[in-house]
Formats: sequence, structure tokens, C-alpha cells
Amino acid sequence: MGNTASLIKNIVTQKKYKEKYHWTDYFSYFYLFLGVFLMFGPIIWLGLSSVKTLAGIQEYPPTILPLSQIQVEVDGYEKPLSLYNVTLEDGSTKELAEIKRVGITSKMVDPKDTEKKYKIPIDKREKIREFSVQWDNYLDPLRKYNFLLYFKNSIFVTVIATIITLIINSMAAYALSIYEFRGKNIALVFVIGTLLIPLTIILVPVFYVIANFGMINSLWGVILPGAATPTGVFLLRQYMLTLPRELIEAARMDHASEWAIYWRIVLPLSIPAIAVLAIFSIMWRWNDFLWPLIVLSKSEVYTLQIALNAFHGELTSQWNYVLAMTMVTLLPIALIFTYLQKFITTGIASTGMK
Amino acid sequence: MTEIVLKNIFKSYDQTEVIHGVDLKVESGKFLVLVGPSGCGKSTLLRIIAGLERITSGEILIEGNEVSNIPASERGLAMVFQSYALYPHMSVYKNMAFSLENLKIDKKTIEEKVNSAAKLLQIEDYLQRKPKALSGGQRQRVAIGRAIVRDPKAFLFDEPLSNLDAELRVTMRKELSALHEKIGGTMIYVTHDQVEAMTLADQIVVLNEGYVAQAGAPLDLYNNPNDTFVAGFIGSPKMNFMNVKSIKKDDEINLKSESLNIKSSVDVEVNTDYTLGIRPEHIYICEKNDSDLEATVDYSEQLGSETYFYCNTHDASQLIVHQTGQYKVAKGDKLFLRFDRSSIHLFGVDGKAIKNKS
Repeated sequence: MGNTASLIKNIVTQKKYKEKYHWTDYFSYFYLFLGVFLMFGPIIWLGLSSVKTLAGIQEYPPTILPLSQIQVEVDGYEKPLSLYNVTLEDGSTKELAEIKRVGITSKMVDPKDTEKKYKIPIDKREKIREFSVQWDNYLDPLRKYNFLLYFKNSIFVTVIATIITLIINSMAAYALSIYEFRGKNIALVFVIGTLLIPLTIILVPVFYVIANFGMINSLWGVILPGAATPTGVFLLRQYMLTLPRELIEAARMDHASEWAIYWRIVLPLSIPAIAVLAIFSIMWRWNDFLWPLIVLSKSEVYTLQIALNAFHGELTSQWNYVLAMTMVTLLPIALIFTYLQKFITTGIASTGMK
Repeated sequence: MTEIVLKNIFKSYDQTEVIHGVDLKVESGKFLVLVGPSGCGKSTLLRIIAGLERITSGEILIEGNEVSNIPASERGLAMVFQSYALYPHMSVYKNMAFSLENLKIDKKTIEEKVNSAAKLLQIEDYLQRKPKALSGGQRQRVAIGRAIVRDPKAFLFDEPLSNLDAELRVTMRKELSALHEKIGGTMIYVTHDQVEAMTLADQIVVLNEGYVAQAGAPLDLYNNPNDTFVAGFIGSPKMNFMNVKSIKKDDEINLKSESLNIKSSVDVEVNTDYTLGIRPEHIYICEKNDSDLEATVDYSEQLGSETYFYCNTHDASQLIVHQTGQYKVAKGDKLFLRFDRSSIHLFGVDGKAIKNKS
């Protein structure tokens, strides 16, 4: 670990000259920090906001940290009241709870002496905050809304769809790159051609097909239509074209059938490209919203993305739950990416040559 | 034991014809070398035999059976590629077992065969390693091992030694030769290196631009080349060529150039242009009185046991002279040279050799 620490220290303190900082160093760091801020800022905001109260999220001006105003129970009032530090006319300060706000004045009460009421201009008071983490944002949806089921549905769709996608796409890519047959180029043009057609255009026909197969409100209805992606076929084909031709010929000389060449030679050597496609497919499936929304209308087959949408009512949105569950949906993708990215190393295929 | 016969093979890519009617016969158990400069079609011819390229017309017979429509995987031949083409994700053992597994042979037999092939090639110690952990020579052995493990009808080698360094190449050449002796088997070997061809072959086929220039035993080709191409290609350094004209003088016919004038030992027509060929080792350094011509040393290569002189003559053609032993010669020195009369080759203007009618 000491090694890693010193390596990281070495990386983050890199500069152009050993002794002093050059202006390009300042510029590079500025640029990189800007990039990190732009890309990572929203995620940090999401993470911090997911543990705020609903009031905390909607507060103006917004806060970065999950600070929430202290609420107190006051006798004679049904709801808890918000606590403020108020500067009175005589210059002294006092903690008061707000009963009601009218225009720029606020009707307030002393929680210790409920008989005494005050009318305070709103610029004379200040919110009393405390640092509080609302874990309930995470726990409530899991308890009340059966989020674990949606989680399971999403995992099922993502895993099965990705496996099917990888198998179908790699077989198609093999046919279009290595297997020799008449009409290969025409087939390729058709596959690439479908890249030009967005989902929205074929939404209705595909829906009819799915409906006729009786797959409405079934997870298979989500999985199957997108199982073969032209992008994936194209990506794998391009990679397979770079495999040394002599390897394939050597396998042919070794009595290998086309299936054996595909399964035992081409597939293992295409792992880097397959890892890339796996990451893509997992992201597509996990974040897919439009198609599942159309196919799935019963809550027991909801995927996470559809379930998140359910937090938006007609009039109100439960933003605290939405943000917390968004955080939950992000995590698996991040973990899978860190695991799969190590397979995206190229140049494995040529190590047996020369 | 397998005999391979090619009959009138033509091969074109689109409009370009690259093999123009090649006839070839590889006798059972023989080591045949296809040799020629790059682009002469030798690799294409090998791939045609292997089944990796389809022919445009002609016949390929393996053990008497026509195979031109049979795919590579069913011809029963084994091939060693120039790049070795070892499967990088498999261990050496798996690499060698792959073909046997494809033939659905039981595990125990596979193990026996792989182990005996490994023993033969002395690669037993690294059967579990991946190809990238092997040196060039070791990879070469594995590639050969992969070929011999399944007792193929014939072995095809596509420039297998060209990626090795010079020293290793010599060692592997000897081993290949020994291997052929040990396991027999018909072997077809492609190379551009005429030294490999001379040392390995029972029979050499010299290819030039898609034609067979000459086929025969190595020394036959060396001693009796059919034309200037074969004469120039076989032998290193190259045979010397000089343009000469036949002149009748008294009862004799002399071959004459600006610097040379010697009696012809073959019957030639008078007043005709010929190309005279003589190998570097058939030129001797002698006294002025015995000499055929005088040359100036331009450059010399001292190899210790032997010396090569690159000399300029008056008719501007460069002569390479080979001498055993060491010589103290500087650039610009004059040498008197004599040609070995019995080793002079004569070629017509069309490049074809002029042979004695007797």
C-alpha cells in the first residue's frame, strides 16, 4: 500500500520542472480541476442532496451540505415549527419559532413562553441549522415502496439482456468479419443501416410485435427487442478484423470447425472489445427508460428507472426519495465499470505472433 | 507417406494472374523447397496446397485424390506459419492439443501424443507456459510441435525461420533437417533464402513471377542452371555475369568483351551476344601471364577463413571473387584473374543456358 500511496503522491504532484512550478503546471491543474468540477460536481451535489430533507432540497438559497433547520414542537400547534435566531428591536437576540409568514413579516412565538407572540420583519431573523443526515430517504423507499423488487427486476433485465446481446452480437460480428459467405457486404450494409433508425421511429411497430407475442408487462418484452444492437455488431466486427489472419488460418489447418474458431479462438481474443460492449450494454439497459415505460405498466414488473418516475406525482414530487434512489441506481454501474475496465487492454491477440 | 501433385495450377486475384500454370510433383517423404524472390508466388502456391486459397483452374492431388474443393480443415495437412500464429490465450500444451481436440480424440491419447511431440522438440519444460513467455526459438518449436502432434499427411512451412536471428536460424535449420530424417513425412517448405533451400531440400523448385523457373536437386540447380535467373538466385554471393560477343579467330571461337577474351568451350554461333556467367569461387588470382583479365579491387570482405573481393573491370561489370584464406589487399590494388574453364556458364540473350550438344 505504501507503494500505491507514494505513486499517487507522485502523480498528483507532477510538474514540468523538478524544482519549480511552470505556468503550464498552474494551467494544467486549473484545467483538470475545472474538468473534475464540471463532471463530478453534479454527482457530489446528488450525493449530498440525497441525504437532505425535502425542505432542505427545496430551500432557497440552496446549500451544499445537508444542513436542516431545527424544528421544535410547541404546545398548542399541530405541526413542528421552524426555529429562528431573531434580532429584536431592542437589539437583543432570541430564539423564536415561526407560526406563519405573511408578506415580509413573520408571526412568531417563543417556544418557552407560548403566550408571547411577535411580529418580526423577515430580514431580522436567521435560520438555526444543524447538520443532519436523512438516512430515511434511503430506508423509506426500500421499506414502503418495495424498491428491492425493482432492483431485482433491473438486475434481471440488465444481466440477461447483456448476456444475450454479447452472444448474438459476437456471432454476427464473427460472420461479418471472419466467416466467408456470399452477400457478406450486403448483410453488413443492412446491419449498419439500422444504426440510422432511432428507436422513436420504430416504437409503435415494435410495440405491436411485443403485444402480439404477449410480452406486455413481462421483463422479456423489455429484454428481447434490443438484444441485437448494430452498434455492438459493428464494434466487435471492427475489433475482430484486427485479429491476425494467420491465427484463424492456423485454426483452420488444425481441423477447427467454424464454431470452434469462433468459440475457442476469436471470442477469447476479443475480450477487450467484448468488455467495452458489456459496459455499454449494461449502461444502456440499466438506464433505459422509454422502452420499459411503454412495455411495463404493472408495478410488480417495474425496473428502477420506471419506479423512480413513480415518485413524481401529478402535483408534487418526492425529490428526497428520487435523489436517494438515483444514488442507489448509480452505484452498481460505477462498481461494474471499475471491474470491467481492466479488461479493456488491447494487444493481447498479437502476443503469440513473431 | 503422401505424394502431392499439382497440375497446371492457375490463380488470379480479380484480374491479376499471379500463378501461371504451375506443375509440381512432391514425392512421398521428400523435402521440397519452394524458393524465389518476394512476390514470385511461392507463398500463394503453398497456401493453395494448404487449402487457404482457392485456385482459378488446375488440379491438386493429395495421395491421388483431387482436393481443390476440399476445405483446409479436411485436407489433413499441417502448416507452420511465418509468424508462428500460436494461440496467445492458450498454454503451449493447449496449443498443441487444439487440433487433436478438434478431431475428438480422447484425452489420454492427446496427452500421450503431445508429450511425445514435446519430448522430440525438447519443449517439455514449458508446456504450461503461454506463448508470450517464450523466446522466438521456443515459439518456433511449439509451432512445429503443433504441426507434428497429429501425424499430418504432409507438413507445409511458410518461411518459418525468417523471424529468428542468424545464429538461431542455423540451429533450427539443422534441427528441421534432423526432424525430417526422424519422422519422415512429406514436407513443403517456402523460403526466399537460397541457403535454407540448398541445405534442407531434397528437391528445389525455383519460382519466378508465378512460373517454375527450374526444379531439381540442389546441386543440379547450382551446377546446371537453366537460365540467368536461377543462376543468379542460387548461390551466394551471386554468380558474376558479363556481356560477351562470340568472335571467330582462326579455327576457334572466342568470347570477347572489352576486358576479356577467352576460348569458348561450348559450340556457339559466331558474332552473337551472349552472357557469360561464372561463380565467385571459380575465379582464381594468378600471375599476369596466365590471366584472363585484370581488375581493380573496389572493396573486400575479410571473413577470416575466406575473402571476397568486389572488383571493377574495364567493361564496368563488377566481379565478385572468392578466395579461401586471408589476403592483404587494399582498395585500388590490381588483381590478375583467371576463370576456371570448366565452370563457365553461357547464356543466350533470352537468358536461357547454352549447353554443349555432346
